[in-house]
Amino acid sequence: MSGSKSDLTILSTQAPPSEPATHLGGPHPALLLDGDHDLCPGCGEPVAIRLLLEVIEELGCGQSSIATVGIGCYTAFTSIIDLDLVQALHGRAPSVATGIKRMRPESLVFTLQGDGDMVNEGLQEVLHTAARGENVTCVLLNNGVFGETGGHMTATTVLGQRTKNSLEGRDAAYHGHPILIGDMLASLDGTAYAARGTVADAAGVSRTRRMLKKAFQAQLNGEGFSFVEILTMCPTGWFIETARGPGYLSEVMGSVHVAGELKTGR
Amino acid sequence: MTRVFLEGSEALAAAAIAAGCRFFAGYPMTPFTGLLDHMAEMLPEAGGVVVNAESELEAVGMAWGALATGARAATGSTGQGLSLMQESLSEISRAELPLVVFNLARGQSDYYQATRGGGHGDYRHIVLAPIDIHEAVAHTQLAFHLADRWRNPVLIYGDYLLAHTYESVDISPVDFPELPPKDWAVDGSLGGTGRSRNLNPIGMTKGSKGIEPQSFLDRLNLKCEAMAREEMRFESEFCEDAELLVVAFGTLAKFVRFVVRQMREEGLRVGYARPISLWPFPSDDLRAAAAGVREVAVLEMNAGQMIDDVRLAILGDAPVTAIGGISMDEAGFGIGPLLDPDTIRCRVEGLLRGKEKVA
Repeated sequence: MSGSKSDLTILSTQAPPSEPATHLGGPHPALLLDGDHDLCPGCGEPVAIRLLLEVIEELGCGQSSIATVGIGCYTAFTSIIDLDLVQALHGRAPSVATGIKRMRPESLVFTLQGDGDMVNEGLQEVLHTAARGENVTCVLLNNGVFGETGGHMTATTVLGQRTKNSLEGRDAAYHGHPILIGDMLASLDGTAYAARGTVADAAGVSRTRRMLKKAFQAQLNGEGFSFVEILTMCPTGWFIETARGPGYLSEVMGSVHVAGELKTGR
Repeated sequence: MTRVFLEGSEALAAAAIAAGCRFFAGYPMTPFTGLLDHMAEMLPEAGGVVVNAESELEAVGMAWGALATGARAATGSTGQGLSLMQESLSEISRAELPLVVFNLARGQSDYYQATRGGGHGDYRHIVLAPIDIHEAVAHTQLAFHLADRWRNPVLIYGDYLLAHTYESVDISPVDFPELPPKDWAVDGSLGGTGRSRNLNPIGMTKGSKGIEPQSFLDRLNLKCEAMAREEMRFESEFCEDAELLVVAFGTLAKFVRFVVRQMREEGLRVGYARPISLWPFPSDDLRAAAAGVREVAVLEMNAGQMIDDVRLAILGDAPVTAIGGISMDEAGFGIGPLLDPDTIRCRVEGLLRGKEKVA
């Protein structure tokens, strides 16, 4: 796998981010209470959350959306996302979203989860929710590591990828194989829309925005389960220089979790 | 008042619907299955939703979501399934959501699980242990009211006997004092206003970064203390001049009450006491009922769980002796040999006569 062949400099696992945060300025999405966030410099999650909120605004769903958020770095955003929100347990957001949607079918109901949350702890939740054709949208921020705990291996970590508990790179014989969750969900009959985007570059950001819009539109049309996986940078958890994050995302993760639409229509 | 002859499971479902329950999710397990069956049959007709959850973890998660919208929602299982739900039960308590949860247990060995807060952290839920189907119907309606009043889970502790015997019961909706509107419930409407809601079990709030666990948990603990003061429920008979006080809970207490009444008719100085709420445990009432008795007997169908609470209540005023024990049928459903008046009488009388000899 490409990860093991990477020529990137791997930093000490104890190292802080290699560059300070850059304040980009400019207006933040209307559905965000504050332009500042607490995540690391170079993190891809704020970009993905920005897209998510901008799309909800564009669809005119700012006053009819209910978010269900899992546990991970992105959870820090729950204090500034200006949507009605339910904090779920690690992995359990799809069931909570199910209960919300069944009681409020007219609301736009979505989950925001990481790969540790959705694919490790709560895999059965998202699979059953998709299989049921539950009319909700699950959004996965996939960086291949447990960022919040300091860069540990998840179920989506690609072969060869170095993490806190696969220091020499993920070895299939020892650590097992990664799960391509988007493909798995696309294979289920209850899934109406599934796509994998990336925030590694401007084109990826633009395509991911369209994917989110299609997923939410599928829900608004009552088509069934919709899913958008967004590959996000985690230079801190990958132990690489901050500026190398987007390149690493495309090269190491993106070559296995390949971006693109996985299912359009049941 | 109209009485209908119903199996316990059906009566519980009818009572939940009469109380306004509009969402139910569950996973089949004996003896809880009957309640799930009846809910699946009856709730959609009442405009509600039943989801046949793929596991107990998902059942409680779905109920969590339904509760977040302000709907009255419930789930349930048998003790083993409740074990799976404990993480969510703990967090739902901290998110202050009014869940009603049924444990139709295999006997009485889930007393600790029900009363100690079986999950992580400092929390409690109110536990009601009905003696029969008539009381279970009342408790079910009360549970939805108390859950909303305290914004805290309430657990109904029943068993196979409660689920699978028949009684003539009245299922009319009960009037309770009016409750404040659920302005905390999420409906999406406050998005973009700067006042959007965050139903959060870890103390995070909108607009302020980070958490303040000390003040968050202090506030919840004060609420638990208020519940503990206000929600104790208890019944007793023949305590005034009793030499021996027999304490039991749930359906087993019905047998004990019968035996004690029978012995009283024969002039034997036996008293009967029943904690109706297992949490909060009615310690003051029990201690008052036990004032002057020579001994307190605890009859429960487990290896000895409620006896801890009885001892804490009695505070050494009298010796507390276990006369129950594990009591199982061949299938392990908790319909054991102790559910028999003669067996119970034999144990109660043995203790009474034994002490008389010593005296």
